Amino acid sequence: MGRKRSLWSRLHLDPWLLLLLLSLMGAGLVVLYSASGMSLAVTLGQASRFGVALLAMFVIAQFAPDTLYRWTPLAYCLGVAMLLAVEIMGDIGMGAQRWLEIPGLLRFQPSELMKLAVPMMVAAYLYKRPLPPSMRDLLVCALIIGVPVMMIMRQPDLGTSLLVACAAVFVILLAGLSWRVIGLLAVLLASALPLLWFNMHEYQRQRVLTFLNPESDPLGAGWNIIQSKTAIGSGGVFGKGWGLGTQSQLEFLPERHTDFIGAVLGEEWGLVGMLVFLALYVLIVGRGLFLANTAQDTYGRLVGGSIVLTFFIYVFVNIGMVSGILPVVGVPLPLVSFGGTSSVTLLVGFGILMSVHTHRRLLPR
Amino acid sequence: MRKRRDPIKDTAREVRVFRARSLLAALLVLLMAGGLGARLFYLQVVEHDVFTTRSEKNRVRVEPLPPTRGLIYDRQGELVAENRPTYNLTIVRERVQDIDATLDRLVDILGLDETQVEAFRKRSRQRQRPYQPALLMSDLSERQIARLAVNRYRLPGVEVEAQWLRHYPSPKIMAHVLGYVGRINEQELASLDSGNYAGTHYIGKTGIEKQYEEALHGKAGLRKVETNARGRVLRELERTPPEPGKDLTLTIDTRLQQMAYDLLDGRRGSIVAIQPQTGDILAMVSAPGFDSNKFVTGISYEDYRALRQNPDLPLFNRAVRGQYPIGSTIKPFEALAALQNEVVTPQEVIYDPGYYKLPNGTRRYRNWLRWGHGRVDLERALAVSNNTYFYTMAHRLGIDALSSFMYKFGFGEVTSLDVQGASSGTVPSREWKREKYGQVWYPGETLSAGIGQGYWMVTPLQLATAEATLANRGDWVRPHLAKRVGETSVEPPFKNTKPDVKLDKDVWWDDVFNGMQKVVSGREGTARHIGKGLKYDMAGKSGTAQVFSLGQNQKYDADELKERLRDHALFTAFAPVDDPQIAIAVIVENAGGGSSHAAGLARALADEWLLPDDENTHQAEELIEEDVEVEGT
Repeated sequence: MGRKRSLWSRLHLDPWLLLLLLSLMGAGLVVLYSASGMSLAVTLGQASRFGVALLAMFVIAQFAPDTLYRWTPLAYCLGVAMLLAVEIMGDIGMGAQRWLEIPGLLRFQPSELMKLAVPMMVAAYLYKRPLPPSMRDLLVCALIIGVPVMMIMRQPDLGTSLLVACAAVFVILLAGLSWRVIGLLAVLLASALPLLWFNMHEYQRQRVLTFLNPESDPLGAGWNIIQSKTAIGSGGVFGKGWGLGTQSQLEFLPERHTDFIGAVLGEEWGLVGMLVFLALYVLIVGRGLFLANTAQDTYGRLVGGSIVLTFFIYVFVNIGMVSGILPVVGVPLPLVSFGGTSSVTLLVGFGILMSVHTHRRLLPR
Repeated sequence: MRKRRDPIKDTAREVRVFRARSLLAALLVLLMAGGLGARLFYLQVVEHDVFTTRSEKNRVRVEPLPPTRGLIYDRQGELVAENRPTYNLTIVRERVQDIDATLDRLVDILGLDETQVEAFRKRSRQRQRPYQPALLMSDLSERQIARLAVNRYRLPGVEVEAQWLRHYPSPKIMAHVLGYVGRINEQELASLDSGNYAGTHYIGKTGIEKQYEEALHGKAGLRKVETNARGRVLRELERTPPEPGKDLTLTIDTRLQQMAYDLLDGRRGSIVAIQPQTGDILAMVSAPGFDSNKFVTGISYEDYRALRQNPDLPLFNRAVRGQYPIGSTIKPFEALAALQNEVVTPQEVIYDPGYYKLPNGTRRYRNWLRWGHGRVDLERALAVSNNTYFYTMAHRLGIDALSSFMYKFGFGEVTSLDVQGASSGTVPSREWKREKYGQVWYPGETLSAGIGQGYWMVTPLQLATAEATLANRGDWVRPHLAKRVGETSVEPPFKNTKPDVKLDKDVWWDDVFNGMQKVVSGREGTARHIGKGLKYDMAGKSGTAQVFSLGQNQKYDADELKERLRDHALFTAFAPVDDPQIAIAVIVENAGGGSSHAAGLARALADEWLLPDDENTHQAEELIEEDVEVEGT
């Protein structure tokens, strides 16, 4: 430990990633101000949520990956237990229930915790095994993933359950799953799609059908897609200008400051604005993958890589959704859409990534 | 030795693999981002003109046209749920400059209270589309409409909308059958077909209104209108008319329903009457009822609290959810079980000293008549409701044979076709007790089960269903509430949804029916007081459901007990015996003995249904009032 460490390293932060995240969040607030109909209250509310999320990121970055590794099974079990609690309370409340509430104390969504806990659990499991994972290891992983994912799907929250599954699958892929198995699983997945279809709620199916032909339901779910595409398309190359989008400001757009905020961006800032955001996201992913590669053990590498790739999936699904190439699932545009919970999860994820990078021993064992 | 995979971790290799995989992932990310970029380029550059035109044409708005809700009739064509024209106050937020100021003004003009304003704020957040009006107040009075008209110029975005509102002409007696409609809530909104419900404010919440929601609601239409930049409609461009909801005809007979409700006369209880051949539910009453009209426009908090805190539980549907021990009304079914299992013959005589003792047991299981009925055969056992006889039957059958026979009559499950929220009740059995309590079954419990006490739980609907099956000599018919949906009759699958109950000898039905007839018409029948002047043959069985268990040698003294701990009175009946037209189950809570307090109600109802108006002298109604010196279970 003789060598002097940089200030950033002692703070356990990564300056480049932090800079990229802050620019994204700043630009996001500008878009949100317009998307919320110039509501200062909404924008400031979001800014304070960002503050909380950044603090959470900073705190989590102080823990070494070893510590995170030790706490992983507990976090995972706690998450499953809370999902079970939600399930039971949901049965009482009849219908969709995603929130767990300790009256007067806090209200929170266990499925959000699982976005991190599930991939971490899979990574922790694989960490102690020889890689690439054996068939038996894969079965165990499938169980680790399958239980919470099914529970979240039952809430019903298709979007989140897919994200959780996705994050965990990335861990396995990064661990070095052989290409032959990947091909086999792809075929299996394709054949499981009809099964998924029959397990969907009527309204979820309706959404998929509407996606395939939005004009069939102009009053219901098709409305969102039609209006969103119109907003983006009419934005053109340079956009209609900040706060000047007719689609968004006249409130033709649904959920304009949450899931469909990308359409406001597209309408008001045009192709240029969209590409700038896209570039920011890609840079964050690039830096994130670099940080993951600097990790000194498999656990840190796998968790870090999975967090970054899942982050990109958010981006891809959301923009794909507002631009009409993916069906409407409730996935926010990361760090731009209004909403506190997802920002905290995302930044905690990046905190883990920074912890992985900054807790390296200077001399490898 | 075979070469095995090296169990030691190959760290260098893992790093290599990860590096390769993450590089590949980075490439994929670039590719996907490129894909998104290409899509955006297509929308924003290639198709830019198309979308610009469309964005400008967004002044063409699609508006939903809500369908009118189907009406509900009773079996005689009498209207039991109608639509009343009302005026609602709605606000389109997009057209309001300052929503708080507007709301303040409206509070002044209409005298709204805080909860209404709060409810509006919540509703207006739930809207799914822009320019969708949110409901502020329903059922405006003439005076309020006039005051709004005067102030119209300073209330942009506020609109008075004519709408049909559900109305129940006889709310109290029909409340539990019909259920009610109410405002669509957040949870319902999430799972509804948003297009079809776009203009609809109300949805069936309980009962028939919920069960047949889809048919009653109909299909929404839509119209395309051109608006100016501020959203005012200039002209209509296109119109698809809505498809009104289908009218529903019930099997319920309002007159009979009304009479059943009146017969209960303010007491807590339930009466269900079924037409045995068809399974038509003729009457299904749960008393006390409540004013279902109050729920339609949104019940006030105080009213709702009053209903919830009422110890008589008016919101509780006793007919389909009430759980009562079956009491002695089990005895005809048990007699059939004993005959079919050949543990007794109709002629066998059993001596009753006033109690029954298990072989090798010391505990005395008492008959309700302390000194006993002496020699009893099957018919007399039913007529006098002898406990000792049925303790014997229960012991000979064993709980397994008894409970499996009871299942055949629909106990322990929901058998009705379209009765919303029905409970399945409990048929006690060895497996049931092990699952529920993790305990073994004791022989003494078989004896309690034999006189319908202990773990038995039945709903009045189940009791009437079983009675109808009995009246049909085992032919199974599924009870139902809807006779016609729109023009289409609701036809069977009423039959064969459960196997018919078959006996080895048909004459056993007659043996049991004779016993039941003697309950009403026999010299020592427990309900002989209702047999006076009976113009048809009626088979009946009284029952008493204990609310708590008496200890050994403890004497029942109703006066000493609080009213709520008093026994429930039960009576089941069907008539005429040769060609059954009606099967009835009556339960009056905490009324005491079944024969004296429930039987008269069944007689009055049967008179009403079977006798022509001029012959029906309502003699039975007088009988109810008479205090009769007949004890019995």
